[in-house]
Amino acid sequence: MVKEIERYGIPIVHMATITTISESVGANRIVPTVAIPHPVGNPSLSAEDEHALRKELVGKALKALTTEITETTHFD
Amino acid sequence: MSEKFKVLYYVNQFFGQVGGEDKAGMPPEYRPEKVGPAVGFEGALQGEGEVVGTIICGDNYFNEHKEEALEFIKKTIKETAPDVVVAGPAFNAGRYGMACGELAKTVVEEFNKPVVTGMYIENPGVEICKDKAIVVSTADSAAGMRKALPLMAAITRKLAKGIELDAPAKEGYIPQGRRKTLFVDKRGSQRAVEMLLARFKGEEFETELPMPVFDQVEPAPAIKDLSKATIALCTSGGIVPQGNPDGIQSASAQKWGKYNISELDSLNAPDFYSTHGGYDTAFANDNPNRVVPLDILREYEKEGVIGKVYDWFFTTTGTGTSVSNAKKFGQEIGAILKEAGVDGVILTST
Repeated sequence: MVKEIERYGIPIVHMATITTISESVGANRIVPTVAIPHPVGNPSLSAEDEHALRKELVGKALKALTTEITETTHFD
Repeated sequence: MSEKFKVLYYVNQFFGQVGGEDKAGMPPEYRPEKVGPAVGFEGALQGEGEVVGTIICGDNYFNEHKEEALEFIKKTIKETAPDVVVAGPAFNAGRYGMACGELAKTVVEEFNKPVVTGMYIENPGVEICKDKAIVVSTADSAAGMRKALPLMAAITRKLAKGIELDAPAKEGYIPQGRRKTLFVDKRGSQRAVEMLLARFKGEEFETELPMPVFDQVEPAPAIKDLSKATIALCTSGGIVPQGNPDGIQSASAQKWGKYNISELDSLNAPDFYSTHGGYDTAFANDNPNRVVPLDILREYEKEGVIGKVYDWFFTTTGTGTSVSNAKKFGQEIGAILKEAGVDGVILTST
């Protein structure tokens, strides 16, 4: 899906935990996430800490979308 | 030759008969016995080899703690000294396939021991290890177990005894991309002309050198001004509105859905939940924003960091879904996004 959407010339960032799969499906912008069942969250944190974590992760995704790249890039 | 060769077996929590998604986080453990498919596998070795033990590891644990899981596997190999390591078959299970693939790659590279596994051709684990291990080509679901085990066992017997394998199509494994020198009756020019003639006549012929297919998409240009950009959310994590109005399948998805979020600041339970059948959805159901972070993206919109959250989010389930369907979904969703003038997409996967 990532690859086909990007084919339209729209930048897309893949937020996923198994980043080796992201690479094998052809994602160019990748943000590694927390865990398979809760990529953009962490239930073991307090509500405030989890919110801060999520904000940081989505922030990285936005940074990825505004960064020019020429090859597959991880935004850690 | 009465000495039996030794096989160490690897399975996930499900085939290890420990449990389903609720046990997917289990760390690896070693049992000095045959568990799950290892039983049928040993039977197919026809008394020439034995399974000395089984490693069972949760799929989530392996993929989230790869180094630790591989350390445990390496330690177990040192202790049990198997002749061959066998993993799976993983069919089309992505996380299980990745585990089998990483294991296979590591064992071949670090111990130089043969590894045999089995996967469906579209499993992402195939790419990781097919050039190093032998990956038997299986069906996409566990219904193919009875067919896969005898093939895996036959190959294991050959490898353990140092017998050279036949061609991939003959033995039933996925080609490793190797070229071998062999003697044939006709010289190359003759074979090439015969193929060409067959092609002219519309007859069947088999190429001796299939061309690799490369399909990479160039990275799209970055967003210039984020504060004016419309960002869309998309997921393969199966988040749907309560009642799953479009009946999106919980596995092997045949369709995707789009849902209007223009009036929402957050995806709240129980209005949204995950219908995905490939991971433990308890955390996602508790707070669907953990999979589709609408709440955070809306905050960035209010702060003026981004221009706008696109009015619709797109969703499907990524487990067991065929590559051809995923491709089609991407083409259909991408066409809508392009038409709507969306500037960037965040796609989350579980």
